[in-house]
Amino acid sequence: MGHPGIAATVATVAAVLALAAAPVAGKTLRWTSQGDILTFDPMAQNESLNNTFSDYVYEGLVRYNKQFVPEPALATSWTRLDASTWRFALRRNVKFHDGAPLTADDVVFSFERILKPASNMKVYAQGVKEVRKVDDYTVDVVTDGPNPVLLRQFVDAKIMNKAWAVKNNVVNPQNYAQKEESFAARNTNGTGPFMLKSREPDVRTVLVANPGWWDRLEGNLTEIVYLPIKADATRAAALVSGEVDLVLDPPTQDIPRLRQNAQVKIVDGSETRIIFLGFDQWRDETPYASVKGKNPFKDKRVRQALYQAIDVEAIKRATMRGLSVTTGSMIAPQVSGYTEDTSRRLPFDSAAARRLLADAGYGDGLEFTLDCPNNRYINDEEICQAIVAMWARIGVRARLNAMPRATYFQKIQKFDTSAYLLGWATATFDALYTLQSLIHSVDPKGGADGNFNLGKYSNPKADELIGRIKTEVDDARRNAMIREVLQIHAADIGHIPLHQQVIPWAMRSNVSAYHRADNRLDARWIRID
Amino acid sequence: MNDELVSMPYAARLRAAWDGDVTWSFRHSPVAIVSAVVMLVCVVAAVFAPWLAPSNPYDLASLNLLDSLSPPLWETGGKAGYLLGTDDQGRDVLSTIMYGARVSLMVGIASVLLAVVVGVGLGLLAGYVGGRTDAAIMRVADVQLSFPAILIALLIDGVARAVLPHESHGELALVVLILAIAASNWVQYARTVRGSTMVEKNKEYVQAARVIGVAPIGIMRRHLLPNVLGPVLVLATINIATAIITEATLSFLGVGVPPTQPSLGTLIRVGNDYLFSGEWWITVFPGAALVIMVLSTNLLGDWLRDALNPKLR
Repeated sequence: MGHPGIAATVATVAAVLALAAAPVAGKTLRWTSQGDILTFDPMAQNESLNNTFSDYVYEGLVRYNKQFVPEPALATSWTRLDASTWRFALRRNVKFHDGAPLTADDVVFSFERILKPASNMKVYAQGVKEVRKVDDYTVDVVTDGPNPVLLRQFVDAKIMNKAWAVKNNVVNPQNYAQKEESFAARNTNGTGPFMLKSREPDVRTVLVANPGWWDRLEGNLTEIVYLPIKADATRAAALVSGEVDLVLDPPTQDIPRLRQNAQVKIVDGSETRIIFLGFDQWRDETPYASVKGKNPFKDKRVRQALYQAIDVEAIKRATMRGLSVTTGSMIAPQVSGYTEDTSRRLPFDSAAARRLLADAGYGDGLEFTLDCPNNRYINDEEICQAIVAMWARIGVRARLNAMPRATYFQKIQKFDTSAYLLGWATATFDALYTLQSLIHSVDPKGGADGNFNLGKYSNPKADELIGRIKTEVDDARRNAMIREVLQIHAADIGHIPLHQQVIPWAMRSNVSAYHRADNRLDARWIRID
Repeated sequence: MNDELVSMPYAARLRAAWDGDVTWSFRHSPVAIVSAVVMLVCVVAAVFAPWLAPSNPYDLASLNLLDSLSPPLWETGGKAGYLLGTDDQGRDVLSTIMYGARVSLMVGIASVLLAVVVGVGLGLLAGYVGGRTDAAIMRVADVQLSFPAILIALLIDGVARAVLPHESHGELALVVLILAIAASNWVQYARTVRGSTMVEKNKEYVQAARVIGVAPIGIMRRHLLPNVLGPVLVLATINIATAIITEATLSFLGVGVPPTQPSLGTLIRVGNDYLFSGEWWITVFPGAALVIMVLSTNLLGDWLRDALNPKLR
C-alpha cells in the first residue's frame, strides 16, 4: 500500500495550508466613494482619499490612535535631545512588502524624498532641517526650532524603501500637476497592514492583508476592494443591493431613505473639512475673466461683494439638506486653535454686494470662470451651480467649469485658475497645517508654505505670525497668534469660507467602522460580522 | 412611371401629390392625426419656449435656491407657479422641459438633415456612376454599418473633446453633437438611395434624358432625385426620433450638451440622482416628454411609410 511517511507529510502540509489559509478566507470590505485614488505615490498628492490608501500601504514613524493622539508605529520611542533635535528609535524586525528590512537608511531617504521639489507633502515635514542616521535603528531629526506639532506631522510622512525606490527609478516623487507617470504611482512597497494587489484606475483597486505586518488588526479585514462610483443614485443603490459594504459619501438626498433601511446603518460624524472659494490675487490680469488690463479679484470690494452675495444658509438647507455647518473660518471646531469669534460670517446681503461691486467699478457686471470639481466634495458641482446663480443676482456672470478631480487638481495646482472651489481638512488637527498651506504666501522655492494657496493670497503680517507659530511652544501665546492670523485673513477676505462638511458614512448593518473626523476610512478598525 | 406627372413642374407635382392619396390616407388615420397634433404641440412648445414657458431656466438671476425640489403643484408641498415642480437648483421643471425639447428637436432635425444631404448625395453618386466610386463609397458604408451608431457618435464626440480646447466645449458641444449623430446615420440614406438609383437609372426616362444630352449631374438632380426621395422621407421621419434618442443617450452619458443648456437627456441624467430619494418629478417628466415626442414621430413615420407605399394599400 502507500507510504505512511508521505501520507503524514501530506497531512501536515494540508494542515499547515489550512492554518495559513484560515485568515485568507476572512472578510472582504468593498467600499466606494465618488472619485478614484489619484496616485499611489505617498508623496505626490496631499488629498484625503489618497492619504487613506497611503495609510493602508505605508506607515509613518507614528500613527494616530482613536483619540487622534500620535502613538508609536515604525518608531517605538522618541526623546528630545534638545529644543530642536529629536531622537527616534526604530522598530526592529519590520519588513517591507517585498521582504526588505526597515532600517534608518529608509527613514533618512524618505524624509529626503518628502522634501524634494515635486513632493506635495512637504507640509508634513515642515521645519525639518535634517534627518541623520545614528545607527541602523536610530535616527535624529533636526528641526529649525522647537516644533510643538512635529509628531502630528509625522503621521503622514510615510516611510518608503530606499533600495526599491532606487531600483525602480522613483527617488523623486511623481510630479502630479505636470501629469507625470511613475512606477511608484501604480506600484507600492510599504510596511503597512495592506498590500496593493491590483489596480484598474477608475474601476477597481484591490488590496490584501499583509501577513508579515508587525502589528495586529483590531478588525478582521483580509481584503479591501475599492470601487469608485460617480453617479449618486448608483452609489446608493449599490449599498442597498449589497454590491458594496460601505459608502464614504452617501448622497445627501438619499440619507433619510437609507436610515429607514434595516440592512443599512448610518454612522454620523462631521469632518474637519472646510469648503471655500479662492480667487487669483496675484496676476495683474487674471486669465479667465472678461476684464482686461487689470485683475478684479485684487480689489477687496469685489471679493467682499462675491462673499456677501452668497446665501450659505440656503445652500445648507436646499443643497446640503442640513448636512453642513456654515462658517466664516478656515478651520473647524475640532482643530486646535479654533475660536468661536473667528468663525462669524459677513452677513448675506445682496444689496450691499451690489453697492460694493458698483464702488469697485463693476456696476455693469463682471464675467469670469469658476473652476469646480464634480466628484470630490459632497455636492460640489451643485454648490457651484447655486453660487453662480446667486452671483447672477448681483450682476456677476460666472461661467461654471466643472470637471473630474483628476483633471481639476492638475489644473488648479498649476495656479491655472481665476476662481476655484476647494475643500481643506486639517490632517494634523492643528491650525498651523491649514494656516501654512492656505494662508501663508506661496514659497517661490516650492516649499511647504502656501502650497495650496492657489490664488496666492499674501499678507506679510500673517506670514510673520505663521512663522512664529511654527516654533512657539507656549499654548496660550500660540493660540493667540493663530486667532490673529485668522482675523487678518477674514478681514482681507483672503478666501470665502462656505461651510464645514458633515459627512455621515453609510454601511451594511454587519459592518462596523470607526468614524474619523478627517474622513479617512481606517482599515485597522473595521469589522465585518 | 407616370410620364404626365414627371413632366409637370415641381410645385404642381407636389400639389398633385398633396391632393391625392396621401391626404386621403391622413384624413382616415386617427393615429396619424393624433400623433401629428401631439407632434405639433411639442414643436410649438419647444420653438416658442421663450414666450410660452413660465420662466427662463437659463436666466440664473431668476432662480431661488429656496424654491428647489418643490414637488408638482398637485402634491402636498407644491408651490404656486411651478406646475411640474422644481429641480435641485430651483428651476421650473416645465420650463426646463420646454427649453430642453428645443435643444433635443434642434439636434434631432439638424443632424437628420445633414445626414440626408450627405447620404442622398453619396447614394446617388454611387448608384449612378457605379464602378470604383460605388465600391469605394459602399465599402466605407459597410465598415461603418458594422459599428453601432451610438458607438460612432461617442467616438466622434470623444475625439472632438480631446482635440478642441477645454474652454470652447460649451459653445461647440451642440455642433459636435449634430456632426456626430449625422456621421453615424448617413449610411442608411446612402444605401437606400443607391438601391433605388440603380433600379431607376435603367428606365426609359433616364435613358431618354441621357440620349438628348443631359449632363450626369442634371440627370441625378432633375430626374433621379425626385424618384428616389419617397423612401428617404419615411426614413428621415423615423430617424428624427432615433436622433433625438441618440442625443438623449449621449447627454445621459454626460458627453452631450452641457448642463447649463440642458436637453431632455441631460435633464433625465440630473434627475436620476434624485429618483431614489423620492424627488421623482425631476426625471420622470422630462422622460415622459421624450417618450411622447419620440412616439409621435415614430407613429407619423409609420403612417407615412404606409401612405407612400402603394403595395400596402
